[in-house]
Amino acid sequence: MKARIYSAALAALAMAITPSWVNAQESSTLAKVKARGELICGVGTGLAGFALPDSDGNWQGLDTDYCRALAAAAIGDAKKVKFVPLTAKDRFAAIQAGQVDVLARTTTWTLSRDTANGLDFRAVDFYDGQGFLVRADSGLKSAAELDGASICLTQGSTAELNTSDYFRAKGMKYKPVTFATSSETVKAYESGRCDSYSNDSSALYGERRRMAEPDKHVVLPEIVSREPLAIGVLQGDSQWSDLTAWLHFALLIAEDNGITRDNVDTYLTSENPEVRRLLGVEGNVGELLGVNKDWALRAIRAVGNYGEMYDRNLGSGSPLKIPRGLNALWSKGGLQYAPPLR
Amino acid sequence: MTEADPSIGRRWPKGVGRTRLRSRQTPPATAMEILWQAILLIAIAGLVGGALWNASGSLAEQGVASGFGFLGHTAGFDVSQSLIPFSAVSTYGRAFLVGLLNTVEVTVIAIPLATILGFIIGISRRSPNWLLNRVAAAYVEVFRNTPLLLQLLFWYNAVLAALPAKALESLHLGSVIYLNRRGLALPQPVFQDIGGAWLVVAAIAALFFLTARLALLWRARTGPGFPHRSTNLLILFSLPLAFCLAVYLTTGHSPILFNIPVMGRFSVDGGWQLLPELVALLIGLIFYTASSIAEVVRSGLAAVPMGQYEAALSLHLPPGKITRKVILPQAIRVIIPPLTNQYLNLLKNSSLAVAIGYPDLVQIFAGTVLNQTGQAVEIVFMTMAVYLTISLLTALGMNVYNRRIATVEN
Repeated sequence: MKARIYSAALAALAMAITPSWVNAQESSTLAKVKARGELICGVGTGLAGFALPDSDGNWQGLDTDYCRALAAAAIGDAKKVKFVPLTAKDRFAAIQAGQVDVLARTTTWTLSRDTANGLDFRAVDFYDGQGFLVRADSGLKSAAELDGASICLTQGSTAELNTSDYFRAKGMKYKPVTFATSSETVKAYESGRCDSYSNDSSALYGERRRMAEPDKHVVLPEIVSREPLAIGVLQGDSQWSDLTAWLHFALLIAEDNGITRDNVDTYLTSENPEVRRLLGVEGNVGELLGVNKDWALRAIRAVGNYGEMYDRNLGSGSPLKIPRGLNALWSKGGLQYAPPLR
Repeated sequence: MTEADPSIGRRWPKGVGRTRLRSRQTPPATAMEILWQAILLIAIAGLVGGALWNASGSLAEQGVASGFGFLGHTAGFDVSQSLIPFSAVSTYGRAFLVGLLNTVEVTVIAIPLATILGFIIGISRRSPNWLLNRVAAAYVEVFRNTPLLLQLLFWYNAVLAALPAKALESLHLGSVIYLNRRGLALPQPVFQDIGGAWLVVAAIAALFFLTARLALLWRARTGPGFPHRSTNLLILFSLPLAFCLAVYLTTGHSPILFNIPVMGRFSVDGGWQLLPELVALLIGLIFYTASSIAEVVRSGLAAVPMGQYEAALSLHLPPGKITRKVILPQAIRVIIPPLTNQYLNLLKNSSLAVAIGYPDLVQIFAGTVLNQTGQAVEIVFMTMAVYLTISLLTALGMNVYNRRIATVEN
């Protein structure tokens, strides 16, 4: 829509009028965030489980919790976050122009985004994959039966390319109907414009819950793509990308050691060397990352470990009830793995 | 008011057209004025140049790809509607063309229809018929005073909701025309001999031109008008028919075959498919723009002095003829400049298509392509350049027309 072009144009303009020497002087995002006393976090425009304001206007979700943890680690206060909702289309321009410090916006880590878009991805906070939602009464049992179907897609997501790749690989045809935001896409699917709505499967579960009759829709079993949803930062600022990555690892290590939001203070006297380094009792991990030594302690106090964040927003403690699957810890057979913290 | 402000009286003496105004001499610029203008020009050029230099600098620093090389890369996505062949293996450059043509398509269809509707409503508002002018007024107020985006969403959802959801329940005419939520499927004529088809079109155009000339000559010589409307209709229908018959008689097969839509597994496939997104966008743009055009037309009609109408009436001209032959030709001079504005608005408003899933330039190029390549600066620049170019061309065409009708006065 018009507003979107304007914002893209504004971002382009902002890029044009920001003198390059300013960039050189304030190359460190961490320094900027500390000086500002506030983290500006680019999040989704409303996706259950990842970033959705509740009835009191507080953002809830895995992505927004990550932002709070990052604010706690960098500034020391989990409340000092400004959430900026970005459409799939606007997100890259927003981070390129420095409108947001970090992109925690269900962004799939892909080669072109890592290179041509000028981003860095190091922490995958959710391993997802694209699926297809269809009406239960359509009798469809597999995505392989979708030859000739109309598929509702959201513009600017990897879904457009994945769908095209999947159908090309299978030698099948489809008719794309593309909308700017996911709410428009879902509305069109619900109204019967399309046979299927395709998106990351976590999003399909989330959107299905918001539909008028959730029981009338089923997610087909096929996962047609790998979607590592990762935290994105501007490339060329390794101090900042280190912090965003190690914060995620710290929350994984906390889960592995059984450290939770409620019991974290009891671990301050722990004898476990990794726990002591994590919580800043010994070693200089915080100093190496450019933040206070209690960075991880504050983050865990604010949002808990990764497992708690997952359960609260996506898993058994949430209405979505998405199984941990690939997002289980490495020690439980999943892909969430942390390098050694020392 | 004119008495109170003598300058107005001087600048717009009664009965003097714009041609007089144009010939008014501007005093020669002083050296100081030229200097200031030059300084301003240099300052603006410097600002623009600096901004470009900075943008390329900071993009390079961030490692963001730049340049227009991406236009040759494979797009990898599909679009729902395209006037030229397009698939996932086509390039971004071709995706740009697809979006551009889709935008042009909407504009080219919507402008004439909005103009016709706008003129009808505008003239109706001046009608002595109470019901007619009230209905026209209500139309204008409703469509002009609600946001276009809202109207588009309304039409899109109304169009969709009114139609049968399932392909098998489609409204259909025999087994050749189908209508459901996926759109309207019509038989698509496939010309077996494209060269012949163009030849027929050229012949029709040539004959139209010839009859127009003949009609003028005829009228000059004899007085009464030449029935060129019925002649044109005759040409329009008889020529293609004669051509088809000739081809059939000489070669023994039909010159036009039809690609008939058939019931597919999910929807009706084949034939000529008119998507609901396009229909909703067209309805929205036409109805919205027509309300503004109606006001432009009304103001143009109001600008024609009452005396003209009374004079025509005293000649016993019928009311329809008074409007067409006396009032409109004078009103059109006032109408054209603001009408141009409305055309440009329509073109720019067509970018709202993205809200209802129609693949226009903004949706395909400034949306999907921008997102996949991340080259916001180049893509936003190209998109703006396209709108600017089409707008300037439209304005140029309208200005040429305006000049032609404006100078008739002298």
